[in-house]
Amino acid sequence: MDVDLMMRVYPFFLKAAWVTIQLSILTTILGLACGALGAAARLSRFAFLRFLGAAYVSVIRGTPALIQLFILYFGGPQIGIQLDAFEAGVIGLGVNIGAYMTETIRGSIIAIDKGQREAARTLGLSKVQAFRKVTLPQAFRLMIRPLGVNINALIKGTALVAAISVVELTYTAQRYIGSTYKPFEMFLLSGVLYMIIIYGTGRVITWLDRKARIV
Amino acid sequence: MTEEKHFVEIRHAKKSFGTLEVLKDINLTVERGQIVGIIGSSGSGKSTLLRAINDLDPLSGGEVWLDGVQVNKSLPHRQYEKHINAMRQQVGMVFQHFNLFPHLTVRDNVTMAPKLLKGISNDEAETLAREQLEHVGMLEKIDAFPSQLSGGQKQRVAIARALAMKPKLMLFDEATSALDPELVEEVNQVMKKLAEEHMTMIIVTHEMDFAASVCDRVLFMEKGVVVEEGPPEVIFKNPEKQRTREFLRKHIEGAA
Ligand SMILES: Nc1ncnc2c1ncn2[C@@H]1O[C@H](COP(=O)(O)OP(=O)(O)OP(=O)(O)O)[C@@H](O)[C@H]1O
Ligand SMILES: [Mg+2]
Repeated sequence: MDVDLMMRVYPFFLKAAWVTIQLSILTTILGLACGALGAAARLSRFAFLRFLGAAYVSVIRGTPALIQLFILYFGGPQIGIQLDAFEAGVIGLGVNIGAYMTETIRGSIIAIDKGQREAARTLGLSKVQAFRKVTLPQAFRLMIRPLGVNINALIKGTALVAAISVVELTYTAQRYIGSTYKPFEMFLLSGVLYMIIIYGTGRVITWLDRKARIV
Repeated sequence: MTEEKHFVEIRHAKKSFGTLEVLKDINLTVERGQIVGIIGSSGSGKSTLLRAINDLDPLSGGEVWLDGVQVNKSLPHRQYEKHINAMRQQVGMVFQHFNLFPHLTVRDNVTMAPKLLKGISNDEAETLAREQLEHVGMLEKIDAFPSQLSGGQKQRVAIARALAMKPKLMLFDEATSALDPELVEEVNQVMKKLAEEHMTMIIVTHEMDFAASVCDRVLFMEKGVVVEEGPPEVIFKNPEKQRTREFLRKHIEGAA
């Protein structure tokens, strides 16, 4: 193993890791927004919104994320959507993980016992008040862990944007392999950095989950 | 439309779930301060009737009146929501499974609705919580979370939560059925206390002794109809109808 080479190139990998982190954070934010909207649509009392929500989830989950990215980045200009690679990466991955988050959020909401809603309504709370004060706070606590699973998948999924040449960890590894012919070292380096990012995120999720737990 | 005014009046209540007729033309009146018990075997429609009173299970036909106002009047959706929320503030309900809010302390369980709906200050809320919890003997658990309480304690907090809205009418749906036998009495005591304070109550129960001791009137329901109603002395000691007798015999044997 060429440790010298690894020591020489690792600063470039750190820079790439920072891009991966930025991608992950922005994708998480967009994904949560899509997930919240998707869940609201799927739980709406309007059939049309329920249909839209269900269609979003099945289209996104029914096609490879890579194809979705390619359509957005390479196909976008044809229909007037001009995005640079990073933007396309964030939007593509965010909308993709949003479909999974839709199901996570929806699942946590419907998991709250209907007796909770009934108790709130019998006290005179409106539907919205009962949702805000009773259902949602409990659903939040339930959804932290499964959202953590979604975020874990999303971080690993950021590797896909190498295919549209965003200079993140996977792309950087490939580029250095081109000049050094040392795939083992280069992939090992990026793999370790992915693991650190994922481990750190996992700790944050665990901490949030513990903090939110009901006595 | 009503000649004599009753405090609670249910007229020709009908309810179906799909093709299943659960309530078939039920009539019931309750006067202010009265305590009415509803007994009957499982699936006879007791809960459905109780839940129709605050429109938790809306009736398919018939009317519910409370203190001169029709609960289930037909209004456009938005107006109806407003109307029903106002009606429900006047009717307390206690469930078999307590349904306390697990993410809130005992204090916040009691004060959440009054704070939200009556706009009372934090100081007033604190006083209210203490007063209501004292009343059910749960003051010392004011800072606890529901998961830290026994079933009987949970139910007493649930009663305090309902009372904090200062309801005119209390509905109890088998408030003690989910409790271990040794915890039943503490909840019964609280309900007896309310009875002494002349709270109007409708109580669905499987506990015949309790019904006999607190109720002014008892209804026996079967398959969605009221088979017989009358004072507890009559219903429990000397019922007219054969079916009531059979139910009581089975029930007393079953309990023994
Ligand atoms: N939401 C619902 N959807 C369909 N059927 C229902 C629903 N709620 C109640 N039922 C049915 O209506 C009938 C009466 O139910 P209800 O809960 O009123 O009975 P109950 O007298 O309270 O019985 P128990 O003593 O077991 O509580 C039952 O056959 C029940 O299965
Ligand atoms: Mg019942």
